[in-house]
Amino acid sequence: MECQECHKRPATLHFTQVINGDKTEVYVCEVCAKEKGYMTYPEEGYSLHHLLSGLFSPPFETQQNTPRKQTKELQCPKCEMTLSKFKQVGKFGCSQCYQTFEEYLDPIFRRVHSGNTAHHGKIPARKGGDLRIKKEVDAYREELQRLIKNEAFEEAATIRDKIKELEKKLGGDEG
Amino acid sequence: MTLQQFMNEAISPWMREDGPDSDIVLSSRIRLARNFAKYSFPILADEDDLDHISTFIRKEYENQSFQSYKSFSFIPIQDLTPVERRVLVEKHLISPHLAEQGHSSAVLISENEQVSIMVNEEDHLRLQLYFPGFQLTEALGKVFELDDWLEEKVNYAFDEKRGYLTGCPTNVGTGMRASVMMHLPALAWTQQVNRMIPAINQLGLVVRGIYGEGSEATGNIFQISNQITLGKSEEDIVEDLQSVARQLVEHERRARSRIMEQSSKRLEDRIYRSYGILSYSRIIESKEAATCLSDVRLGIDLGIIENVSRSILNELMVLTQPGFLQQYAQKSLTPNERDVLRASLIRERIQLEN
Repeated sequence: MECQECHKRPATLHFTQVINGDKTEVYVCEVCAKEKGYMTYPEEGYSLHHLLSGLFSPPFETQQNTPRKQTKELQCPKCEMTLSKFKQVGKFGCSQCYQTFEEYLDPIFRRVHSGNTAHHGKIPARKGGDLRIKKEVDAYREELQRLIKNEAFEEAATIRDKIKELEKKLGGDEG
Repeated sequence: MTLQQFMNEAISPWMREDGPDSDIVLSSRIRLARNFAKYSFPILADEDDLDHISTFIRKEYENQSFQSYKSFSFIPIQDLTPVERRVLVEKHLISPHLAEQGHSSAVLISENEQVSIMVNEEDHLRLQLYFPGFQLTEALGKVFELDDWLEEKVNYAFDEKRGYLTGCPTNVGTGMRASVMMHLPALAWTQQVNRMIPAINQLGLVVRGIYGEGSEATGNIFQISNQITLGKSEEDIVEDLQSVARQLVEHERRARSRIMEQSSKRLEDRIYRSYGILSYSRIIESKEAATCLSDVRLGIDLGIIENVSRSILNELMVLTQPGFLQQYAQKSLTPNERDVLRASLIRERIQLEN
């Protein structure tokens, strides 16, 4: 079996991750396991700063298989934080940094947050209006499926109307 | 100033109220980290941007009230003396990190000191809400409302995938740190706490001392909080913390009654010795004071010591910190002078009871 991450080396390690109750099986090679943060190491001392700056594994740049030349260092256009500084201090300079360094973030978050990389909590009331509606629609859709399965068509119709109404709101905001 | 007056100032009004399970859980706290979308985070922002933020917060929220949290006062950190800063840290109203900041860092505090909002700490805003006793769910509900209230005027840095964006990767997502402060003398005596900590860590929770990161658990007071902020909802995080804390409460109660059954004389002896030290000593270090206070508080909880109010531990743990002692003395003190003043303050406080 080949490694799910690099699709080159054979997968030598098998991880089972449970994120929000969903079980996922991962087959990866040792190099990717380290790099992508599937492996957690036993206590490396207790300095948070050390932990954070240690999260960036060196093979990112030294990997021979992907000869990606970086002539210019990656830098955040807004706050001018560079990748090497980010690695050194282990802190973001601004909200834009999250986009700038996006490709490096999943492994870090995985290690710091026990395998999690995506937010599942509160959404700002004002700013997240659309997002809130989308999530509401998703919840109604699930409910709809369940009702249809149980042949509760009358209730399903009410839910369907609710979905339509919410979707109208979404379209309105975008237009 | 009389001791009574000084104490009134020193103890946050909300601490006087008794919460559920307050024989073991001293307080519950929720903290949210939030940033303005427009500005760089404090570590990289220029002074002008930080000034903007703090001026904006002052203009919009100084003297305002949110629900029952009345008239926020806005306190610029640079206006405070080192002792005053230290006092706010000892009252848990600001973080040690904020106390070290200069220009344009500030704190907004509600009259009853239940709400404090730090401005330009590691993040632009850090909202904190305290509840007495074991009330995490209540605190979460309330802090969400507070958050929504602020968001009416502040455009938060938020990303659909990553959630609330923060300066440190350890806070991203919910930006939330929920914690409970617990007094666990029986579990500490029986060495059970040390065995429980690794198990608690495995659940994504951290155990610390009373003054947060790196501080020792003096006076058998432990702070338990969530480590993970990404991937779980705030409600789930709080529920996990709550169920662990609930179990600790039960273990502690069981350990207390076991000690009472098996070695009550020994326990009584230890409690009275500590009571004696606090009542009569002339020089006392903060660590010894904390240990004795923990014993006396346990004695009160178990009904061994009567006629002393329970709040004595909460009060004296704060009052006997270096910052407070120096504020009481109205001058800076050497460690030796502090130990003398600490002893006399404790004696006086105990006499107030009789």
